[in-house]
Amino acid sequence: MDAILEMRGITKTFPGVKALSNVNLSVKSGEIHGIVGENGAGKSTLMKVLSGVYPHGSYDGAIHFAGEERRFRDIADSEHLGIIIIHQELALVPLLSIAENIFLGSEIANKAGVIDWNAAFRRTKELLKKVGLNESPQTLIDSIGVGKQQLVEIAKALSKNVKLLILDEPTASLNESDSEALLALLREFRTQGISSILISHKLNEILEVADTITILRDGSTVDRLDCHAEKIDEARIIKSMVGRDLTDRYPDRNATIGDTIFEVKNWNAYHAIHADRHLIKGIDLHVKMGEVVGIAGLMGAGRTEFGMSVFGKSYGQKISGRVFMHGKEVDVSTIPRAMENGIAYVTEDRKTYGLVLIDDIKRNISLANLPGVSSKIGVVDDPKEILVAGKYRRDLNIRCSSVFQQTVNLSGGNQQKVVLSKWLFTGPEVLILDEPTRGIDVGAKYEIYGIINSLAESGKAVIIISSEMPELLGMTDRIYIMNDGRIVGEMPTQEATQEKIMHTIMKSWED
Amino acid sequence: MAQDTVASTTANQRVSIGTFLKHNIRDYGLLLSLIVIMVFFQFMTNGTLFKPLNLTNLVLQNSYIVIMALGMLLIIVAGHIDLSVGSVVGFVGAVAAVMMVQWKVDFVLVFLVCLVLGAAIGAAQGYFIAFFKIPAFIVTLAGMLVFRGLNLWILGGMSVGPFPVGFQLLSTGFLPDLPGGTFKFVSMTIGALVTVAIIFFNVRERLNQQKHDLAEEPFAIFIGRNVLIALGFLLFSYLLSSYKGLPNVLVVMFALITLYAFVASSTTIGRRIYALGGNEKAARLSGINTTRLTFYAFLNMGVLAALAGLIFAARLNTATPKAGLGFELDVIAACFIGGASPTGGVGKIIGAVIGAFIVGVMNNGMSILGVGIDMQQVIKGIVLLAAVCLDVYYKRKN
Repeated sequence: MDAILEMRGITKTFPGVKALSNVNLSVKSGEIHGIVGENGAGKSTLMKVLSGVYPHGSYDGAIHFAGEERRFRDIADSEHLGIIIIHQELALVPLLSIAENIFLGSEIANKAGVIDWNAAFRRTKELLKKVGLNESPQTLIDSIGVGKQQLVEIAKALSKNVKLLILDEPTASLNESDSEALLALLREFRTQGISSILISHKLNEILEVADTITILRDGSTVDRLDCHAEKIDEARIIKSMVGRDLTDRYPDRNATIGDTIFEVKNWNAYHAIHADRHLIKGIDLHVKMGEVVGIAGLMGAGRTEFGMSVFGKSYGQKISGRVFMHGKEVDVSTIPRAMENGIAYVTEDRKTYGLVLIDDIKRNISLANLPGVSSKIGVVDDPKEILVAGKYRRDLNIRCSSVFQQTVNLSGGNQQKVVLSKWLFTGPEVLILDEPTRGIDVGAKYEIYGIINSLAESGKAVIIISSEMPELLGMTDRIYIMNDGRIVGEMPTQEATQEKIMHTIMKSWED
Repeated sequence: MAQDTVASTTANQRVSIGTFLKHNIRDYGLLLSLIVIMVFFQFMTNGTLFKPLNLTNLVLQNSYIVIMALGMLLIIVAGHIDLSVGSVVGFVGAVAAVMMVQWKVDFVLVFLVCLVLGAAIGAAQGYFIAFFKIPAFIVTLAGMLVFRGLNLWILGGMSVGPFPVGFQLLSTGFLPDLPGGTFKFVSMTIGALVTVAIIFFNVRERLNQQKHDLAEEPFAIFIGRNVLIALGFLLFSYLLSSYKGLPNVLVVMFALITLYAFVASSTTIGRRIYALGGNEKAARLSGINTTRLTFYAFLNMGVLAALAGLIFAARLNTATPKAGLGFELDVIAACFIGGASPTGGVGKIIGAVIGAFIVGVMNNGMSILGVGIDMQQVIKGIVLLAAVCLDVYYKRKN
């Protein structure tokens, strides 16, 4: 079989980070090709290079598709040749019908732009039949489930005469039977000569359907497995996925672990919009004084949703469960109450949820504790505010021209330090740090780790939610493993390895 | 790294006058525009603009716009808008007129009842916006229709007046002065005292900044700005004193401007409103009750609109079905000309006040020049667009 797609020596650099380095990917005509790798291994970046989101010239290396070198300028270019990506977050317009969505942007219309709806509906019916979806073309996207929406996306891809279908975590939000149907559809396409790339964390699914598997790690291709030539199992894949040395990227900590400060019992929460999606299912966990606890898990495991729902119900609905501080049950039903009880949540998305970007450093630092820099009647004491901001600037080594600098102009690491300062100034006992080093360069990461250590040393309880397993292994005392809204494992960090964590997660899919 | 930081801090304090002006062009440009516009009309109207009589009129004509701009600025900073204020002005004026003229209620009681009524109106609209999450544009558009309709209904399409003299004094009264003589010494003295107070507070803030090594404004500009402010205030007081003295409504307006400027810049409530408009999600996650804050911003707007309605009715000495028509546009324009950002989080009380006076001077000057109401609107529209374009331009450049 010939290769329909050859990506050779792809290297993509972002300011300060090498996201892909010399990646090779070869997809044969009419095969299902699995791509696996940890969070941040570079899977999504590679697909963005392939589809033209990052246009030719913004990366090094060459893409050959259907026998020719291609230089895509944008997505339209790659779609034109039949390369269609279906993202994890579906790109459908909820309040339009199935037919309208399928032909969005490529409507069946005459020269004047008048749409021939009869033709569109007829064509939609044919496409829906091909993907095995029994719905009227006029049904609104809003009124069908996620599984069916996924099929609509695939029907849309078929309408564009797809040659290479790329599915990014297609089964992440699907139930078992929907997942099965989707995988069967991929097999069906294979017999028709349509190639697919399947990106998934669910290794059992990959093993079930893939002909070839490419494994990425830290932005490089580390392995390419032919499933027909040798017997491959999950352990074999995981070994390649995580095979990495832990170097001394993590400073030492000298904290005494004391009594339990923070405890959550039987915590449940539902999706903020879809009230029937049970996201957090009966979570129990606790953290001791001076302890750093990690929550490991794959994207979509519900870690952020858990953290935010505990922090004053700032995410989700129908939340239930109990929270204890020092053994006494406390009320965390609103954000101010959670803060009063000594809880702080440092967001994973500092630009959207952490900072007022148009405001300066000092105003951001004082924001969560304005009374701390004000008189009793609520008049802000400017010199005091500047003093406080200056203290955190020194303590956390925030690099800036002055505390009057707008936070939008700071680097990621320094923005993160401002957000941390804001929460430290509220005097919390428990800090939930959600992806504390996401998008930060190595040097700043080390500094953030140092800050986390000094927090633990001063007797605070720290929870780190992180997708980077080495970070959890290097920084924590104990690790909870979360999958599909549940705690599926817990181990002291000394006993934990990346393989063990991965196995625990994979095993939980099978239960 | 530590050395880097020190070096950049010192560099910061030695900003040249040119660069400093360039970075703060919006603030100084606004004040400068007002001065240029005033000088322009003073020249074009052969000196009529600055005549004591006209200057007094200018204050009286614009007081209600300025007062409403204070509340509107907070709403715009919070990321919302209020289209209903013009109708609320008319409605509250009508209620006051009916109570005083037809029911013979004492005017002090009427005054208080109307302020409470304004608060209730603001609370009702704020309730839908803050708790029901209906866009402010829709809610206040509805309010605009509802209160205009109620205004017509209450008045039965007729004008109601005149009012008791005590009530009229709110708008047409002046501060009492020494008997005899044409020059109002008390007014002039108050004007001079206020000038001294402003300079005193500016100097004190400057000294405080210097103590903490934070003075960014070059000294020359600081002196220049204060001299200009002092001259402006003294000239203004002098001109008013040589006519009837300081109008009551000017005193009310000045007190409110001072209060709101202070609240916006120096209190926790003010800070929270700016944070809410700057990034609502971050503000909420920082423990700020954004819902309640939005509600209070609209409640406050209702009270100020009611006060404006009373002042306007007192000035005309009658409540009419058309009272307040189109006021919301002048008020909103004042805020945007004054540098508020349509996306929220940015804007100053002083900016909105200057913006209101720019609109007011243009209205007044063009009327004196005999420019028709048609062209006046065209010109005002273009000025608004130009002001916002300049904002966007400078934002991109920085």
